[in-house]
Amino acid sequence: MTTIAASRPAFSLDLWWIPRSIALGLVAFIIFGPLTNLFLWAVTERWYFPHALPLEYGFSYWGRVFSPRGTAMESLTNSILVAFLTVALAMALAVPAGYALARLRLPLRALIMLTFLIPQAFPNLPVYVNIARLFYQFGLNGTVAGVVLVHVTHGLVYAVWIATAAFASIDRELEEAARSIGASPLRTFRDVTLPLAAPGLLASAIFVFLESLDEFTGSYFVGAPDVNTMPLLLYTASAGGNYQIASITAVLLLLPSVGFMLVIERFLKSDVLSKVGH
Amino acid sequence: MTNDTPNRILGLLLVLPALAVIVLLFVVPLASSVVGAFRVNGGFGFGNFIKSYELYTSDIIFTVVIVSLSTLLIGIFSIAIGGYLVLGENPRAVAILRWLYRWPLFIPFIVVGQVLRTFLAKNGLMNNILIEVGLITPLQATSFLDWRGIVIAFVWKQTPFVALLVSGAMAALDRSTIEAARNLGASRLRILIDIVVPQVATTLMVGLVLSFVTMMSVLSVPLMINAQSPTMITADIAFRINAYGDYGVANALGLISLVASGCVGWFYLRQTLRERA
Repeated sequence: MTTIAASRPAFSLDLWWIPRSIALGLVAFIIFGPLTNLFLWAVTERWYFPHALPLEYGFSYWGRVFSPRGTAMESLTNSILVAFLTVALAMALAVPAGYALARLRLPLRALIMLTFLIPQAFPNLPVYVNIARLFYQFGLNGTVAGVVLVHVTHGLVYAVWIATAAFASIDRELEEAARSIGASPLRTFRDVTLPLAAPGLLASAIFVFLESLDEFTGSYFVGAPDVNTMPLLLYTASAGGNYQIASITAVLLLLPSVGFMLVIERFLKSDVLSKVGH
Repeated sequence: MTNDTPNRILGLLLVLPALAVIVLLFVVPLASSVVGAFRVNGGFGFGNFIKSYELYTSDIIFTVVIVSLSTLLIGIFSIAIGGYLVLGENPRAVAILRWLYRWPLFIPFIVVGQVLRTFLAKNGLMNNILIEVGLITPLQATSFLDWRGIVIAFVWKQTPFVALLVSGAMAALDRSTIEAARNLGASRLRILIDIVVPQVATTLMVGLVLSFVTMMSVLSVPLMINAQSPTMITADIAFRINAYGDYGVANALGLISLVASGCVGWFYLRQTLRERA
């Protein structure tokens, strides 16, 4: 391959830079254009037609969002509380299930794995509508517990599948070595298996956290208007034409998601990824 | 074998709580939505479907067309991105594209809705930039906040997901056939279409089916970008519940979106089974 490239005249290589740069520039515009617009709105004081850029920049709306008595602060704490509870419950369910699916002989294992995929494989909206109705009878509608349960159901597929892959990627011989020098099964799990699976489990926990933080439809039917989360605040602010508040909320939701996108490869190593779904 | 039975029981006990959550909080409501679609005034019948048909036929067609068009575009763009990542000859351009394309991956739909709502509006940043650059005049500026806005939002958000799956599968391919075709003088486009895409077709289809189902149940994007008629079924379901408390028609519309997703899933399963046979 190198000989072919070297034998080409040099100017033809130079010419290829033009379409290549145009194409990459276009991709960059498509991706970052809308995001730039969002960040501009988040620091805008005044911006109206026909001005191409904001007339005045400032952070007064940020002060309003973070003021202790504002509704935004309430949504922020609600969102974080719900997300942490969701992670705790989902991991408490997923770690034993993932271990069993990876290590123990289970009848109908493939079917059980597929069952966790169901919430991803069917449209969620009709389900949330009926959960809301069901929760209403149990007094769970409009409570933090109700919203957490909905988020857990949706997040379990990530939690269980990634936890299973994390446990499956651990070398069985390490566990057997611990057992052979007299460690109990529980001790082996606590001191050998769990620490080795920790990066993968952390990745699945972050997945569940983000899913919960960003979830809109379930919270809309089960939580609103009593349990306001950030996505609900974003929606009401945007519907009310308050683009600054909506954009600031969007930025707050965006940062953890993008941050995770940039570091995901450190948590999800290829040995774990290759086991996902097996 | 004596060691096996307690092992199995322990395994089932460990899986059971998680399984119970899925069954109680997803499968049961899903079943009750299917049953609810046929429930009319205490009895059973097709009344909800007749009403849905009378009121929302255009929205149902609109939804299926929009989601299918988005799926098609997502497929084309993710093949283009994956193909360039695998076959691109300029390492710097490949690295830039690899860094660029993933940004929307984890951005939530509600944020995508807000971002594009301000970007694509008649006096949004996109038109402002095009006017400043001189590509269009202020009179030519139009709002994209209709079906085009929804398609753009879906494609913008879902392409990175499918492209990530597809490029991963492409990177795992055996390079020798590609190199052989290259040495025989095949163009890169030819190699992509004739050699690479057929080998990653299964992964591509999985990504597209998952995207189709996801887009069928997104409520925030149609609410934020285009809630006027015609709109997507999801917005109609929310409207039926919030305005009328009409669970019958809402469930009927839900079942229609379920059937649409089911058709796509069935088509995919039939295809893979035929390939394996």
